[in-house]
Amino acid sequence: MFAYILRRLAIAVPTLLLLIVLSFLLMHLAPGGPFTQERALPPQVLANLNAKYGLDDPLWRQIWNYVWGIVVHFDFGPSFVYPDRTVNQLIADGFPVTLTYGSLAFLAAVAVGITLGTLAAIRQNTWLDYLAVGISIGAQVLPNFVMAPLLVLVLTLWLGWLPGGGWSFSDPSFWIMPVIALSTSYMASIARITRSSMLEVLGSNHIRTARAKGMPEHRVILRHALRPAMLPVVSYLGPVFVSMITGSVVIDIYFSTGGIGKAFVDSALNRDYAVMMGVTILVGALTILFNLVVDILYAWIDPKIRY
Amino acid sequence: MPLLRIEDLSVRFRTHDGAVQAVNNVTLSVDPGETLGIVGESGSGKSQLAFAVMGLLARNGEASGRVRLDGQDILNAPPKVINRVRAEKVAMIFQDPMTSLNPYMRVSDQMAEVLVLHKGLSKRDAVAESVRMLDAVRIPDARGRVRLYPHEFSGGMRQRVMIAMALLCRPKLLIADEPTTALDVTVQAQIMTLLADLQRDFGMAMILITHDLGVVAGACERVAVMYGGRIRELGPVGPVFADPAHPYTQGLLSAIPRIDARDDELAVIPGQPPDMSRPPPGCAFQPRCAYRRDACDDRPPLAPFAPDRWRACFAPLDELRAGTKAFP
Amino acid sequence: MVIDERKMRSLAARMAQAEVRGRSPWADARRRFFRNKAAMAGLMILVLVALFAIFGGQAAVWSNEELDFSVMGQVATMGAPSWSNGHYFGTDDLGRDLFARTVQGTQISLLVGIVGAGIAVIVGTLYGAVAGYVGGRTDQAMMRLVDILMSIPYMFVLILLLVMFGRSMSMLFLGIGLISWLDMARIVRGQTLSLKNREFIEAARATGVPTWRIITRHVVPNLLGVVAVYATLLVPLMILTESFISFLGLGVQEPLTSWGALISEGAGTMNYGTLWQLAFPLFFFVITLFGFFFVGDGLRDALDPKDR
Repeated sequence: MFAYILRRLAIAVPTLLLLIVLSFLLMHLAPGGPFTQERALPPQVLANLNAKYGLDDPLWRQIWNYVWGIVVHFDFGPSFVYPDRTVNQLIADGFPVTLTYGSLAFLAAVAVGITLGTLAAIRQNTWLDYLAVGISIGAQVLPNFVMAPLLVLVLTLWLGWLPGGGWSFSDPSFWIMPVIALSTSYMASIARITRSSMLEVLGSNHIRTARAKGMPEHRVILRHALRPAMLPVVSYLGPVFVSMITGSVVIDIYFSTGGIGKAFVDSALNRDYAVMMGVTILVGALTILFNLVVDILYAWIDPKIRY
Repeated sequence: MPLLRIEDLSVRFRTHDGAVQAVNNVTLSVDPGETLGIVGESGSGKSQLAFAVMGLLARNGEASGRVRLDGQDILNAPPKVINRVRAEKVAMIFQDPMTSLNPYMRVSDQMAEVLVLHKGLSKRDAVAESVRMLDAVRIPDARGRVRLYPHEFSGGMRQRVMIAMALLCRPKLLIADEPTTALDVTVQAQIMTLLADLQRDFGMAMILITHDLGVVAGACERVAVMYGGRIRELGPVGPVFADPAHPYTQGLLSAIPRIDARDDELAVIPGQPPDMSRPPPGCAFQPRCAYRRDACDDRPPLAPFAPDRWRACFAPLDELRAGTKAFP
Repeated sequence: MVIDERKMRSLAARMAQAEVRGRSPWADARRRFFRNKAAMAGLMILVLVALFAIFGGQAAVWSNEELDFSVMGQVATMGAPSWSNGHYFGTDDLGRDLFARTVQGTQISLLVGIVGAGIAVIVGTLYGAVAGYVGGRTDQAMMRLVDILMSIPYMFVLILLLVMFGRSMSMLFLGIGLISWLDMARIVRGQTLSLKNREFIEAARATGVPTWRIITRHVVPNLLGVVAVYATLLVPLMILTESFISFLGLGVQEPLTSWGALISEGAGTMNYGTLWQLAFPLFFFVITLFGFFFVGDGLRDALDPKDR
């Protein structure tokens, strides 16, 4: 197992470095540079700015400093637009919020999705199955940016039950809509994948063997079918994670929750490359880390892939 | 009193293209300690017959008729009842040992759970008993290998594990569904010898489902020949093989390659097995039969014609005995 | 909101088999497809939406740029959908005709979806076919690259690109298309590997047909079923991606618009009681996605029927 993890790490680390270097090069290639605003700056000012941010160094040196800063000091440098704030500060402000509703949404999607999909498969062709299939088909056209306004419309404007935006760590009523909006479509996808995978497993030979051994149905499902049925779900968790992080941008904007998505979109609209790159690299690192966890989980479930 | 009594058993499947009648009105019995062979081509309904007895039909299948095991009705019995019968009274092993064992569980766990559930043993005792049973099916170093996963065993060894698992509760009947089909020829012989030995040691009855007449000749006392979901001929192995009383049995026997045969051409039964969603009227074999006559448009009943021997055919026995040339 | 990779693999395997039997799977598939009610409904929806996009402009009384000064400032009361003043779908917050805007948004969203899916499918197919066909080290290196690219958060990179290189339509097409070719490349590679050792390909190779020619003439046409299904299922995903970016205000820019941008506007103004501004774009968005999903699923089921 240890060797397996090392091998996955051997892929993960270069990927991350590549991501950092690529985003840096992209920024360098971008026409105009970071200080090209609507109004032209005097050449002297521009030169000073470039010197301050190290942009007049040779390219390889800039890349080296940037990578070194991130890897060794976890320092993404200063913001190009708000010189008094560092990228680290912006991330530190937003990240706990994103992490809170993001992990809740992830857990909700996984738990509800797997339960719903499993129940649908066990009760195939009953009302429960049709309901689950109906929900999951319907929810594929309800991505976060559709769910968010609909939730606000119903729960805030019509019923007045929940605050329409904002964030508070101490008041969960602020969390509910972000979590639902972010998780609905993934919950549906997970339910659908679980259902079809569970049906396939329930029709397989080793399940027939388990039944022939006189195992009661609940044991057949929990002990024999669930584990293999989870494999496709587990390999889908990586994409779900990425899409949820991406979706958090919409949540942060629409619900004004103040997560890192807000920092990202603000920086995108202000052309604040340092912040954009910082967020992109952070998200990339999280993704790579999460995929590593998924790979290990997969190997743990399926003994055939071990090591 | 027979151990297993199957009466008028029919199995049908609902599919998108209509109902498929896989097994039709089969009546059979198996005595304690006896070995009954069921032979037929793929699609003849022989496996579905066994699945129906075990209550293992696919979701879209339904069985009707009556099955009594040891005096207890088990066909379509409620889950609680059938789960007690399985493993304790009747066990089953399957064609493909590669996929029939759970690839995600250690052999020890798969075997022990049977004993924990049915015999109430502790996990520790159950594993110890499993090791003893693996020894009994002659798996070398059973103690060292019980903690392995199925994919760490070879095909033949996996089938031995299957057999050991089936025998854990000492069932009175073992249903073996093509137990050697997926294995190498040398391994096939070992498995058949093992099954015969175990059957004697444990004193259990066995239903051996196969398309291999050689296996039937070596292992069974009686044989039932199935075609199109019905029994065509039933009787003791010796007389049936020496003097087949149904054109289909005749065809099967002449299709066996023989070392002592002079010409090296192998006989084949012309035509295809029937499409069971649209079975031909009357005798299902008649489109392929050399002894076809007008009467075959009606269905021939399975009737006794000699002591212990039954057949379902309108062709006179004399004609059959005279005309083995019918399958050149 | 995701293409089930296992089902795609099953389809790919099925299509490769069909070739062995030398029998075209398309004739049976067509019959099954036309018997599938959901797929037919989906097809009908798509035809209607396409007609709306193409001919809706003719039916509009107002152009998508005109401001209706008679409703300006009182959109919530005067701008509601009405036959009499020609605003069938009402007006947007600035007093522009929402019907004409929706027609335009539909055109652009469909265009981005179809072009984006086209780019993804072409790049993915060629990449996967080359990797699978050439094999060996090249294959390993190419697929390793795919693995690496898989763990990059695309939406962020795409937004990065859009910001750095300007938010043009062509950038959007390219960026969205380049997001989704990876899965396609993987599936096509697997399919190509299994096709590679077929007689007809070996025959072509033996007679000295160049590799590139074999890939484009023999391998790619055999991938048609998989590609068709994948492309159909990819279009709605591309539309979702575009809408997502436009919802954030980073995609299609004024005066152009798209479903995402319209939904964003509608969502922003709904607490003033102008619900139609959300409802109409959302309606077209939702039914079109349904249409593509149903047609795509129907196509796949028709080509790879499962007895359930």
